[in-house]
Amino acid sequence: MTIEEIRDKIRTFLSKFIKNKEIDDDFDLFGSKLLNSMFAMQMVMFVEKEFKIKVENKDLKIDNFKSINALKSFVSGKL
Amino acid sequence: MKPIEERKIKCVVWDLDNTLWDGVLLEDKNVTLRQEALETIKTLDSRGILHSVASKNDFDTAMSKIEEFGLKEYFLYPKINWNPKSDSVLEITKLINIGIDTIAFIDDQPFERDEVSYALPDVLCIDSLDISKVPRLPEMMPRFITEDSKNRRHMYMADICRNKIENEFKGPQEEFLAGLNMVFTISKAKEEDLKRAEELTVRTHQLNTTGYTYSYEELDRFRKSDNHKLLIASLTDKYGSYGKIGLVLLECVENLYTIKLLLMSCRVMSRGVGSIMINHIRNMARKEGAVLRAIMVPSEVNRMMYVTYKFSHFTEIEESDSLVLFENDLTTVQDFPEYVDVKIVD
Repeated sequence: MTIEEIRDKIRTFLSKFIKNKEIDDDFDLFGSKLLNSMFAMQMVMFVEKEFKIKVENKDLKIDNFKSINALKSFVSGKL
Repeated sequence: MKPIEERKIKCVVWDLDNTLWDGVLLEDKNVTLRQEALETIKTLDSRGILHSVASKNDFDTAMSKIEEFGLKEYFLYPKINWNPKSDSVLEITKLINIGIDTIAFIDDQPFERDEVSYALPDVLCIDSLDISKVPRLPEMMPRFITEDSKNRRHMYMADICRNKIENEFKGPQEEFLAGLNMVFTISKAKEEDLKRAEELTVRTHQLNTTGYTYSYEELDRFRKSDNHKLLIASLTDKYGSYGKIGLVLLECVENLYTIKLLLMSCRVMSRGVGSIMINHIRNMARKEGAVLRAIMVPSEVNRMMYVTYKFSHFTEIEESDSLVLFENDLTTVQDFPEYVDVKIVD
């Protein structure tokens, strides 16, 4: 899978949550806001299912999930 | 499966023909409601046990009959179709968001009970001949009946209403949440909250960091102890109250705060309120200059709490086979989300 394909899949997934708004690849998904546990969990499950990788406890860090770019690097590092 | 004495049923799924009523609806429009079924439904409902339907029937015909009997408001997510009943039972379980071992299924036909038992061995299957005995089963006896348990069905109905609107709403989720006018109240648990607090420790598995259950008496001791804080949270929105939906047990010894238990009712999973509770505790610890730690007992079902802790500035400092100890980095200060009005009551 190319890095562009990974990015597109992440974008498609996020478009279900972030509507009516253009976001760039560095857009901070959590920002200063508190996360919603359900959204966080949905992101983890999406990554595991879509890319068939296991997200270990040590991988559960905001830094790996905070933006499209962060998630893209995390996934490509795991593949 | 849990030992019998511990197992508690949260939802009873009813067959219709020759179970809820005598007769087969598609053959006879004038079926009669079975009085013992009606009484069982009302008794269990008053104890906070929910009801649903899994029937092979025509949906519209069966629903209008249920409505005619005045029972429509009792059944959450009725599944009336021609699919295997195990599918219907499983769907109901997922929609209500409870464990499969908290479901009972009542049907007059051995074939249907066997089919459900085979596919879902943890479901308690009951012959409809035994309906009148159902309220006396130990599995149908909650330890306490609280204000929240009596209103449980209404709270779930309000959820269905909210979810329907949420699914139809096209804007960003935050706008939807902002439109709910949510008020989240955190207060010290009072004596009258303890039954509900115990009930929460027993009923909540998915959004529970340790799964420790505490008795009324233990909780009462924590409430009075100088070394503990027992906090309870409630949530309301424009559709009504969700009741008391969160509980935190915090041990405070000198400058070390340890979260022994953090739990949230599954009904508020998508409302971002677990993080509000953690944020409040972080603010408390920061103000007191304390170190904040949390104990987590990971299980097959509570991974979401692990994720919540990890995304709320907690990091593992010790790990053993069954237990993880986290410590919080309190440096990042976060505001409460704008879509919730957070009230702290001392």
